[in-house]
Amino acid sequence: MNFELTKEQQMIKEMVRDFAEKEIKPHAAEWDETAAFPIETFKKMGELGLLGIPFPEEYGGSGGDTISYAIAVEEIGRACGGTGLSYAAAISLGASPIYYFGTEEQKQKWLVPMAKGETLGAFGLTEPNAGSDAGGTRTRAVLDGDEYVINGEKCWITNAGYARQVIVTAVTGKDENGKNIISAIIVPTDAPGFTINCNYDKMGVRASNTCELVLEDVRVPKENLLGDPKKGFKQFLYTLDGGRISIAALAVGIAQAAFEKALQYSKERMQFGQSISKFQAIQFKLADMAMQIELARNMVYKAAWLKDNNKPFTKEASFAKLFASEMGFQICNQAIQIHGGYGYMKEYEVERHLRDIKLMEIGEGTSEVQRIVIARQLGC
Amino acid sequence: MNIFVLMKRTFDTEEKIVIQNGKVSEEGAEFIINPYDEYAIEEAIQVRDKHGGEVTVVTVGNEDAEKELRTALAMGADKAVLINIEDDVEDGDQYTTAKVLAEYLKDKEADLILAGNVAIDGGSGQVGPRVAELLGIPYVTTITKLEIDGTNVKVVRDVEGDEEIIETSLPLLVTAQQGLNEPRYPSLPGIMKAKKKPLEELELDDLDLDEDDVEAKTKTIEIFLPPKKEAGKILQGDIADQVKELVSLLHTEAKVI
Repeated sequence: MNFELTKEQQMIKEMVRDFAEKEIKPHAAEWDETAAFPIETFKKMGELGLLGIPFPEEYGGSGGDTISYAIAVEEIGRACGGTGLSYAAAISLGASPIYYFGTEEQKQKWLVPMAKGETLGAFGLTEPNAGSDAGGTRTRAVLDGDEYVINGEKCWITNAGYARQVIVTAVTGKDENGKNIISAIIVPTDAPGFTINCNYDKMGVRASNTCELVLEDVRVPKENLLGDPKKGFKQFLYTLDGGRISIAALAVGIAQAAFEKALQYSKERMQFGQSISKFQAIQFKLADMAMQIELARNMVYKAAWLKDNNKPFTKEASFAKLFASEMGFQICNQAIQIHGGYGYMKEYEVERHLRDIKLMEIGEGTSEVQRIVIARQLGC
Repeated sequence: MNIFVLMKRTFDTEEKIVIQNGKVSEEGAEFIINPYDEYAIEEAIQVRDKHGGEVTVVTVGNEDAEKELRTALAMGADKAVLINIEDDVEDGDQYTTAKVLAEYLKDKEADLILAGNVAIDGGSGQVGPRVAELLGIPYVTTITKLEIDGTNVKVVRDVEGDEEIIETSLPLLVTAQQGLNEPRYPSLPGIMKAKKKPLEELELDDLDLDEDDVEAKTKTIEIFLPPKKEAGKILQGDIADQVKELVSLLHTEAKVI
């Protein structure tokens, strides 16, 4: 066993932290207030190769590993939860499925520009009536000659408003048992009949771009089918397993930010003639916070390590995502508690962390779904 | 152009200094490239990109400095050299470092050597000028601008907020002041490529130096933290009495008069 990061991983951590401190953190409150997607920052992140960390050089990536990617998500999330979410979604949901399941031609056409940071991609799975029950997908794709004709609606799709293409899941037929066959299809966002509205007014992660998609007779060449036509469902389950590691890393980053603010504040805030960090009631909170963050981070690294070593990681990714998001929510809540009345004010920026981290218990599989995934892995 | 950068690994500026057994404790501390040396590395890369050549980053220290050297390579330097003196020198000083560096550089035919104007730990600002003296080449400290045309060099130097413009020629050693440039972030591909770039490790033997040749010229007598800042004192009463009291305190308590 070796718990030490490699030199490359340490250098990536330092570089991303440095970048996030200077280029993201100073704007986080404003982006939250105005719900502005920081597209210029994404361009800079692209130039530094951050959008291609887990992809090989031959596809425009940096040839890093999942651990490095998780480190980058944590550091960006520590500066701004919304930017962290869009960053994680761009890689885990926008680009990774094409890397895992795409043909060589699809990789060259769609993955390379994403890995180089020139374009962004999105993943359209959730529908108004198909969230946790992804099998209930109603969007349909019908083959007409050499083209798929797609009709349906998707909701809460991250980054779609800035994406060059969206990977859309759609029902393409029924299997011998009468169950829906779900496939994944790459749909360019400029295709006629494809409408993207980004008008959601979100509670948190407001710097992140979130959209509703409407597809009306959208035609795409049948070569845009991604991976195995009959295994769309399995493919997105694998995609979500990977995505969960990044959501867990993001929860760790947001919790770390809240913890650091609470620790600093508790040392400065004087009550009854001493700093409140001298009171056990506050010390116990801080001790629990530091412990939980470290445990969650270790779980993130383990799940990422398993993935990097081509070992099964479904259960561990769910462990990480579930534990990190639930502990993170508690920590952000306690960070406000430690700040007292000041914490309830936006100026102190801890309330934002609580609003941001709430999504981690919902997105890419709710806490309830994580428990189902884990229970199934246990053989229940 | 043959460009060298003298780099030091230092404490992170945000690190809290703890003294243990008469020494600054390094336990658990974060280390970084000395911030002024970052300007030197950035300038070296820019000069190379404009005029061609090669950038070699050199440090004197122990094997822990490999990470900082790799970071310099990730920023874009071509080669790195670690002169590891850990086993040979117990307490070095600026003389030690300068002597080692000069011995390494003497047959390298360097056109341009860049260093930080000062290291944020020791803060002597001596190593750069000493190396130039030993090599017998001109040097300019605390520069904020560097223009090279053939072997002619125009340098703008920061003199306590004012500017001094100096014309000189290569070979030359300069030390970098804040404002010289904006150091780049090492890119991800840069970080991944850095591990494939050459990093040479040397010891005193390889430079034909003995411990005696580089023995420190200074002795550290004591290391202590600055006194804790205490609450100020507000004098009361008539102005005339306050002045009297102040003068007396300056004599007896502060002992500055």
